[in-house]
Amino acid sequence: MAGISTGKTDLSIIIGGPAGYGIAQAGALFSKACTRSGYFVFVNNEYPSLIRGGHNTVRMRVQDTPSLGISDSLDIVLALDKNGVLEHLEELSERAIIVYDSDEVKEEDANKAKGHLLVPLPLITLAREVGGEKIMKNTVGLGALCAITGLGLNELNRLIKESFGEKKAEISELNIRAALLGYETALGKFSGLDGKPKFSLGKIDLPEKRMLVSGNEAIALGAMRAGCRLLCAYPMTPASAIMHYYAANEKEAGVVMKHVEDEISGITMAIGGAYAGARTMVSTSGGGFSLQTEGLGLAAITETPLVVIEVQRPGPATGLPTRTGQADLHFVINAHQDEFPRVVLAPGDANEAFALAFDAFNWAERFQIPAIVLSDKYLAESQFTEAPFSHKHLKIDRGLIVDSEWIEKNKPFRRYLASTENGVSPRVLPGTPGGIHREPSDEKDEFGNIDESPHARKLQVEKRARKFEAIRREIPAPNVYGKSEGAEVSFVGWGSTKGALIEAIGRLREKGVEACAIHFTHVWPFPDKAEGMLRAQKKLVLVEANSTAQLGKLIMQETGIRIKDKILRYDGRPLSAGDVFEGFSKISSKGGKI
Amino acid sequence: MATLGELSARVPDWCPGCGNFAILNALKKSIVDLKIDPKDFVLTAGIGCSGKTPQWLNTYSIHTLHGRALPVATGVKLANGDLTVVVSGGDGDGYGIGIGHFIHAMRRNIDITYLVHDNQVYGLTTGQTSPTSEKGYVSKSTPAGVIEVPVNPIALAIESGATYVARAYAGDLMHLSGIITEAIKHKGFSLVDILQPCVTFNRRNTYDWFQKVVYKLPSEYDPKDKQAALLKAEEWGEKTGIPIGVLYRSERPTYSDEVPQLKTPIVKQSLDIDIDRLMAKLV
Repeated sequence: MAGISTGKTDLSIIIGGPAGYGIAQAGALFSKACTRSGYFVFVNNEYPSLIRGGHNTVRMRVQDTPSLGISDSLDIVLALDKNGVLEHLEELSERAIIVYDSDEVKEEDANKAKGHLLVPLPLITLAREVGGEKIMKNTVGLGALCAITGLGLNELNRLIKESFGEKKAEISELNIRAALLGYETALGKFSGLDGKPKFSLGKIDLPEKRMLVSGNEAIALGAMRAGCRLLCAYPMTPASAIMHYYAANEKEAGVVMKHVEDEISGITMAIGGAYAGARTMVSTSGGGFSLQTEGLGLAAITETPLVVIEVQRPGPATGLPTRTGQADLHFVINAHQDEFPRVVLAPGDANEAFALAFDAFNWAERFQIPAIVLSDKYLAESQFTEAPFSHKHLKIDRGLIVDSEWIEKNKPFRRYLASTENGVSPRVLPGTPGGIHREPSDEKDEFGNIDESPHARKLQVEKRARKFEAIRREIPAPNVYGKSEGAEVSFVGWGSTKGALIEAIGRLREKGVEACAIHFTHVWPFPDKAEGMLRAQKKLVLVEANSTAQLGKLIMQETGIRIKDKILRYDGRPLSAGDVFEGFSKISSKGGKI
Repeated sequence: MATLGELSARVPDWCPGCGNFAILNALKKSIVDLKIDPKDFVLTAGIGCSGKTPQWLNTYSIHTLHGRALPVATGVKLANGDLTVVVSGGDGDGYGIGIGHFIHAMRRNIDITYLVHDNQVYGLTTGQTSPTSEKGYVSKSTPAGVIEVPVNPIALAIESGATYVARAYAGDLMHLSGIITEAIKHKGFSLVDILQPCVTFNRRNTYDWFQKVVYKLPSEYDPKDKQAALLKAEEWGEKTGIPIGVLYRSERPTYSDEVPQLKTPIVKQSLDIDIDRLMAKLV
C-alpha cells in the first residue's frame, strides 16, 4: 500500500532499534538536516515505557508540501537491530529499501523482507574503523541515509558541529568521519545501491527558515506568548516536554517552572499564583488530571482563572504511558462534582497548539474559569515543520480586573456580583487598596461571605450558568476542510486527527469521491453553529481515536444527531490518513468505486 | 495600618470556648504589632474549623481545599513575594490529608507562616480521630481506641527543613501572639503548632489538662541546637510536660531567594515574553 503523494516528494523513513541506541538523536539530526534543506518533515517517535531495550522508532515523513501526519507505508528502513526489520515488514512500500546493521542483524532475519532492496552495512565495524565506540553506529547509519536519499552530508556535518560545539571538537570530528564512512560505504560497489542515491532530496531554496517544533513546544510557546511566567508541573509522559521546555528557557524567557511534589500541588499552586494575579498553568496527562479534578473545582468556585494542559495517553491507571489516544474528552468536560463553566480546546496541529494555548489564557481570565487544552501524545510529541508562529496580531485580554479607583466608584465591592449579564464579576488582586474581600471554597454571597441560604446558592449557580451561556455564544464553529457542498461524505473529528482527515479527503478526491472534513478545535461549550453544519451534510462519518466515539456522543447529546458510521482507532497508535481512507471504503456503499 | 477592630470581619461561628478564638485574636494582634497593611496580607486556609478563619479576618484571603492550603499559599508567594502570606489549617488538614505538601513546603523553605490549629481531633466532621490523637484515643471512628501512634509535627518539621519551628498554646494568647509575630518576621518557612483544645469533642486534651502539662521553654534554651531541639520535640504528656516556645530556628535562603526570575514579583513583571528568540533556536 504505497503512499499517495500530494507533492512530488513524499518519502517515509524509519530508524528503529532498542532504547539506548541513540535513535532519537539520529532522528533529530536527520529531520533537521531535511528541514534545513527546504523540506517539510513530520517526525513521530514511538517507544515503550522503559529506558533500555524494547523497540524504539523515529519515523520521518519528508515532503515538499506541508506535512499532515504520518504515512501508512515506509520507503526507507534503517534497522539498528533485528526488530528494526521484523517489526515493520507489513508497512513496507513497493519501493522500500532496508538498510540494516549486518554486524547485529542476521541475514536470515533480513531476508524476511525479501522482495525489497536490502542494504547490509556493518555499522559497528565501520564505527570502530574511524576510532569510535559501538554507540556511534547510529551516525554511520545516518551517513548511509544521507547517501540513499540524495540529501548529501553538508547539512548533517553542520548539525553535528552545532550539537557538539567547539568544546567537544574531537567527538564532533569523529562523528563527521563516521557519517562520511557510512555515506561512502552505502554508495560503494557492494552495497546493493549500484553507487547511486535512490532518491533525490536535493536542496530547495527557502524564502524563510522553518522550525522543527513539537506540539508540546508549541503549547509552551503559546503560553509564554500569553505572558505565563509560572508553570507548576509534575512529570508525566507525554506532557513532560512542556515542563522541560519551560525549565530549559527559564532564564532566557524570565519564567519559573516549579517542579512540584505531586499533581495536586501542581494545580493548587497554579491557582494560588493566579489568585495573586499571575498568569499560571499546569500541564499533565489524564492520570495526573484525575488527581487534579479537586483543584479544578476550587478554580471554578473561587472563579480563579486557570489554564490546564491535558495531554492524553490511552488506558485507565497506567495504561499505555507512551502511546496515543483521544479517550479523555468526556472526562475533561465532566471532571469534578456539580456544574460549572469551563472551556475545552482541542488543537489539531502545532500551529493550533500555539494559538489555542495562547487563547486559553484569555478565555480563563475573561470569564474567570478553568480553560483546558486537550492534546494527545501524537500531537504533543510529534514534530512539525513550521514557519515561526505569527503572533504580532495576538492580544492579551485579562478581563475585568479592577483597581482601587473602580472600587471607590462602585462601593461596596462585591467580588461575586451576580447581576452582570455575562455572569462575570469584578476581580481584584491582593495588594489593591480597598479591595479586601474573602474567597471561600464554600458557596457564598456576593461579597464572599459563606452563605448556605437557598437564595445565595441559586444566585451563584445562575451567575456561573450565565458565564457558560456567554462563552457558548463566542465559541467558533468547527473548521471545514474540503468543500462541504456536494460532498458525498463528511468526516467529523477533533484534535490531532486533523492532518489525517485532510490527507484522506485529498486521496478520496483523487479516486473521484468528493469528501470534506468537519474538524472541532473548540469542543466545550459545544459550538452552537455545529448543528446546522452537521445537518446540512449528506453522509456523516465520525473519526476518533477512542472506542466509544466520544465526540459522537457529545454531538448526540447537544444536537440529537446520531452518527451511525464511525472510524475508530484505539490500539494506542496514531490514526492515519490510511485508517480514514480504508475505514471509509469499508463502510461506503460506493466501496467498489474506491 | 489597621486596628484590631478593623481586622474583624464577622462574628465567628465556632463553639463557645473554642481555642480558635485565641488564635484568631493572636493573629490580629500580630498583624497590628507588625504594622502590616491588611491589603498586603493574604491568609489561605484548608478545610475544617480552622479553615473558617479567613471568614472572620478582614484581609485578603482564599479558602481552599482539604489539605491544599500550603500549595495555594506557595503559589501566592511565588507570584507576589511582596505579600505576607499566612496559612491557617488544622491537624487533620495539615498532618493528615495534606502531610505531603507540609513536608515539601518545608524542604523548599518558602517564606510563609503556617499556623496549625492542633486540637487532636476532627471537629467539623463531629469528632473522629486525627493524626495527632494519642494512642488509644476513643472517638467515633475509633471506638476501640486509636491503634496508630501520633505524628510528631515538631520533629517532622525540624527534619524536613523548616527554619522556624514553634509550639504555642491557645490558652496563652499573649505568648501565642508573640510566637506568631516572630514567625511572620522570620524569613523562610515557619511552623507554629498551636495546642488548641476542642471543647466539644476532645475530652482528653482539655484546657485543664494543658494548663497542667504546658511549660514555657526557659530563656537559656538554644533553638539553634538541632539535636537539643529534636530531644525537646519528644516531650509530651504528664511525665515530661509539653514545651511551648521556639523549639528550632535556623537561617537558610528562602526558595524565592534562589530564583533570580523572582527578584521582581511575577505580578509586577510585564506579560511580554520575547518568543521570537526562542523560536529562532528551533530553526
